[in-house]
Amino acid sequence: MQRFDGTDTYVATPDLQVAVNAAIALERPLLVKGEPGTGKTILAHEISRCLQKPLLTWHIKSTSKAQQGLYEYDAVSRLRDGQLGDERVYDIANYIVPGKLWEAFEAAEAPVLLIDEIDKADIEFPNDLLLELDRMEFYVYETRRTISARHRPIVVITSNNEKELPDAFLRRCFFHYIRFPDRETMQRIIDVHFPELKHELLHESLTIFYDIREVPGLKKKPSTSELLDWIKLLLVEDISPDVLRTRDPAKLIPPLHGALLKNEQDVHLFERLAFLHRRERG
Amino acid sequence: MFFSFFAELREAKVPVSLREYLTLMEAMQRRIAAFDIEEFYFLARASLVKDERYIDRFDRVFGHCFKGIETLADPKAELPEAWLKKLAERFLTEEEKQLIEALGGWEKLMESLRQRMTEQKARHQGGSKWIGTAGTSPFGAYGYNPEGIRIGQEEGRNRSAVKVWDRREFRNLDDTVELGTRNIKLALRRLRQFAREGAAEELDLDGTIKSTAHNAGWLDLKLVPERHNTVKLLLFVDVGGSMEDHVRVCEELFSAARSEFKHLVHFYFHNCIYESVWRDSRRRQTEQTPVMELIRTYDASWRAVLVGDASMSPYEIEKEGGSVERWNDEPGETWLRRLLDTYPKAVWLNPVPQKYWTGTASIGMIRQIIEDRMFPLTLDGLDRAMRRLTR
Repeated sequence: MQRFDGTDTYVATPDLQVAVNAAIALERPLLVKGEPGTGKTILAHEISRCLQKPLLTWHIKSTSKAQQGLYEYDAVSRLRDGQLGDERVYDIANYIVPGKLWEAFEAAEAPVLLIDEIDKADIEFPNDLLLELDRMEFYVYETRRTISARHRPIVVITSNNEKELPDAFLRRCFFHYIRFPDRETMQRIIDVHFPELKHELLHESLTIFYDIREVPGLKKKPSTSELLDWIKLLLVEDISPDVLRTRDPAKLIPPLHGALLKNEQDVHLFERLAFLHRRERG
Repeated sequence: MFFSFFAELREAKVPVSLREYLTLMEAMQRRIAAFDIEEFYFLARASLVKDERYIDRFDRVFGHCFKGIETLADPKAELPEAWLKKLAERFLTEEEKQLIEALGGWEKLMESLRQRMTEQKARHQGGSKWIGTAGTSPFGAYGYNPEGIRIGQEEGRNRSAVKVWDRREFRNLDDTVELGTRNIKLALRRLRQFAREGAAEELDLDGTIKSTAHNAGWLDLKLVPERHNTVKLLLFVDVGGSMEDHVRVCEELFSAARSEFKHLVHFYFHNCIYESVWRDSRRRQTEQTPVMELIRTYDASWRAVLVGDASMSPYEIEKEGGSVERWNDEPGETWLRRLLDTYPKAVWLNPVPQKYWTGTASIGMIRQIIEDRMFPLTLDGLDRAMRRLTR
């Protein structure tokens, strides 16, 4: 059996590894939740890379229907063909368009199927996929055919917790909550992305980053992906660790803060803090 | 042994079913986690817990059920005690060491330290864990600066000081504790109710196909109105006085509600509803909205949510002239009932923790008036309140 233990570009904590491997071994879907920007979607990409399996992604929107993942019957083009007198119109199979799940079931080798942000869809969406994900087969009414998986795909489902998922659905999945990485894990994550980064800069940027996360009242706390962007910017602008180290209250807002603070209220909050700080000292 | 673990989980109200238990057994059979308690913990968590809210409860049960089972030969687990001991030796005088002995020795001290750590709140934040503040930590008593003892991630070797499940890092996700804007939004979404209203501007594919078929194959387009959230909400928020302590959570609730509902009208009141409420606290003296006008303006299809600690003198509810602010001709109870008669779908959210409710007479009175539709302002309470409103 293939095992997933992180890749050279992705740091997987031991609990995540256990969850992924359990899902692979028992051929059940893996439901991943966690703060935005902690690498939920990337996980599926990395699993596919690590196990060298093709990746199929199905991004869910608020208008997505479960049926779209199975297949769609293109009634409008059949109608048009019918009015134009096209020969194709006599075979309904010509108008059945396979969805992502169908593709995954028919693939020559078991792919990794990512169902991204399942909570965006309608509340009934997960329920409509219960049987399909459980038995890995479905029935096409129009052609009276049953499509069943040649190899059960590795299914990774991500959720941002906007809606609660039904119990029956949850019971069929393994679940993993990606916790916000602690400093040590974060250091490993950065090492993976910026192996050349100088130790000093790493230390200073991490300190500032975790300090920002501790500020009470922030609307949106910066997350891993924002930290990585910020470090990239720091490198591009060639900012020295000394600049980060200055505890000059006038410069309480870190340089290039646009990568970390995504909300003007948060920037205001920082400016206000800087002002208070100055007043205290002056 | 596993089954008693399963039973205890259910007792602790972690919603696990037999199906999940069997999944875990199957995974064990496949040797996904063997001979390692930590891996087993991760596996059990992934297969039995399906919502981060329950991870804390799960950790507690796990810690209780599998206490004493350790991975064989893990020297690190012994480290923190030795480390602390060494630290203490450096900082404590002979006299103080004797004091420790008198208190039952190191083992006792470590045990109570451990206990304290499980009791301590919010120690997981940002990954650093500080033990106690002066005065509560046993170390404080011996003149040692307690902030100096850090069991945390910075010194990597001390990480295993606390077992993973004993760290209980998911504590703040339990749904009986306080909430943030995001969580509130989630709970409020229960109230969403979609309906098609207004101008028809969306293509109704099914309808088009049907009517085209009826039309002997000639295309006949059908349109439907877009779906909207049609829930209408009146929010009454108690401000001032004893509510000062709860300003933050009310603010969060308010901002979450504002972005969630298209039809939301808010009013402020103080302690209890009387003949008028106001919309802007800065102009509350000049711009008051009479409750009678409010009742006439918004019909019974609106739902009412009252937020307040309901902590006041009983006179403020049952006597005319009881209001602390001005003379009221009719008692607060009359006005409250009038409001509830108009809006049968109403709930009261109380930021005061539920366990203190019985201690305040006025809370009991309000609960009676509102027919026990008072819910604590926690995620769980909000959830129940919203369910109640959708009924």
